[in-house]
Amino acid sequence: MAAAQVLRSEWTKIKSVNSTALTLSLAVIVSVGLGMLISALSKNEFKNLSTADKLTFDPTFISFSGLTLGQLAMIVFGVLVVASEYSTGMIRTSLAAVPQRATFLFSKVAVAALLALVVALVTSFAAFFLGQLMLGDHRTDLGAPNVLRAVLGAAVYMTLIAMFSMGVAAMLRSPMLSLGILMPFFFLVSPILGSVSATKKVAQYFPDQAGLKVMQVVSPPNDDAPYGPWGGLAILLVWVAAALLVGYVLLKKRDA
Amino acid sequence: MIELEGLTKRYGEKTAVNHLTFTVQPGIVTGFLGPNGAGKSTTMRMMLGLDNPTAGTVRIDGKHYAQLKDPLRYIGALLDAKAMHGGRSAYNHLLCLAQSNGIPKGRVTEVLDTVGLTAVSRKKAKGFSLGMGQRLGIAGALLGDPRILMFDEPVNGLDPEGIHWIRNLMKSLAAAGRTVFVSSHLMSEMALTADHLVVIGQGRLLADTSMADFIRQNSRSYVRLRSPQRERLLDVLHTAGITVVEAGNGTLEVDGHSPEELGELAAGHQLVLHELSPQQASLEEAFMQLTAESVEYHAHSDPTAPPTAAAPPGQQPQQGWGASWQQGNGSNDERGA
Repeated sequence: MAAAQVLRSEWTKIKSVNSTALTLSLAVIVSVGLGMLISALSKNEFKNLSTADKLTFDPTFISFSGLTLGQLAMIVFGVLVVASEYSTGMIRTSLAAVPQRATFLFSKVAVAALLALVVALVTSFAAFFLGQLMLGDHRTDLGAPNVLRAVLGAAVYMTLIAMFSMGVAAMLRSPMLSLGILMPFFFLVSPILGSVSATKKVAQYFPDQAGLKVMQVVSPPNDDAPYGPWGGLAILLVWVAAALLVGYVLLKKRDA
Repeated sequence: MIELEGLTKRYGEKTAVNHLTFTVQPGIVTGFLGPNGAGKSTTMRMMLGLDNPTAGTVRIDGKHYAQLKDPLRYIGALLDAKAMHGGRSAYNHLLCLAQSNGIPKGRVTEVLDTVGLTAVSRKKAKGFSLGMGQRLGIAGALLGDPRILMFDEPVNGLDPEGIHWIRNLMKSLAAAGRTVFVSSHLMSEMALTADHLVVIGQGRLLADTSMADFIRQNSRSYVRLRSPQRERLLDVLHTAGITVVEAGNGTLEVDGHSPEELGELAAGHQLVLHELSPQQASLEEAFMQLTAESVEYHAHSDPTAPPTAAAPPGQQPQQGWGASWQQGNGSNDERGA
């Protein structure tokens, strides 16, 4: 089984369903739109900020504020790419055509991740430039130290979150169950646990909280994470690798 | 050629497939018959490497399914009609399958034409009727122009026209020298299409025989007798050395003697006969007898009686589809038309 054939097949699959365009365009619109809105609000509120907050004001990270919501669309994308095989019954046809389950899963993940990366790059650059436009005098630019790393990092972050969702979906197989766990986790559980000091020590190792670090140029005032941007990215990578590995092992073991 | 050896599948305590060993011969239609829940679909899924056997192996041309390079070129399968993404068009569904096995694009339009879906090839599969879904599934099976084709209950839920189409398709595939393995829970369906028969019940192999042998062995012909002087008739028959089976409702059944002989014997002893009729047991009956002990879901109304006893005995033999098949091939088309 030539992997190239399977990659081409997965590309046909992914582009021939509506949910792909729907979820990915939603990710762009929400991330960029909300980022612009929050950037504009931050510009107006800047004068009311405390001195400490003024010193740690991070115009790059502000322009990525929309990602917290936009990543949910990326999660839906990742979940549907994998779990729709199960919910539709397509999986039996797919695995009869490609019985090598590693080739099947990782080709699918590779194609979906590549597409997610392209969309995420568009999103992060658009969110950055349009966000800076809204920030007016408080803006930064791509040439400033660490800014390009943060912008590229934001794209990588979104891609990895989508990949993490693919791994979870491969484990759970049901789109509803996967979304029912991932959405509340990323939208509620993680942010809440991350803002309560008692649980923060644990929450800072969650995939999203660790991954967010790479898109910050300035550390927030109350930040005491024991890792830097690359360390955070590495933690997220470990999560992604673990999710995909467990997903694969289960796919390999289970009856289709 | 497909070889199954000691194939077993257990789900916890329950054994779905129990040590199945048989070979699907090339170039003919092999019918895979069994009542609902006998383990037919599980067996087929294991043949395709979708389910892992608890024990035993399946080899396709000597290889495990996963070892086949571009498996769709070896073996095409229709498992269930709706094993596809409803949001994808028929064309794209087939295209992604073709690409995964290095099958040229032109083949997609060819098979769409074969199954008669060209007009709706750009429509989403979720709008398809069961029959159209079945056709699309068959198009997927034909895609790689494989030597072996496998269909799981292909006529289920189809209208007569669809049944007729599938039946002819299977015959033409076998006529072209392909191996066809088709499952069904209807003996009648098999009698019309299969050359060879593999019967399972509760996961165990009950019969592995050619269709001709099965018919020879199981289409018992006998004479049914009914008389108000039943006891005397029994005496007369015994005296003449004729073996009698006492059937229900006071009827007697005699094997291996012509009605003429029996009628004359009765007349010689001045016995009144209310019935003297030649009978032929249908294949459906033979199948039901074969699987009687292994039927998983008996009707609850009469759990002790075998399924054959459920129908009024006077009517069944002539009505079984197997019987109509035996009366000549001319009657086949009546059902399919």
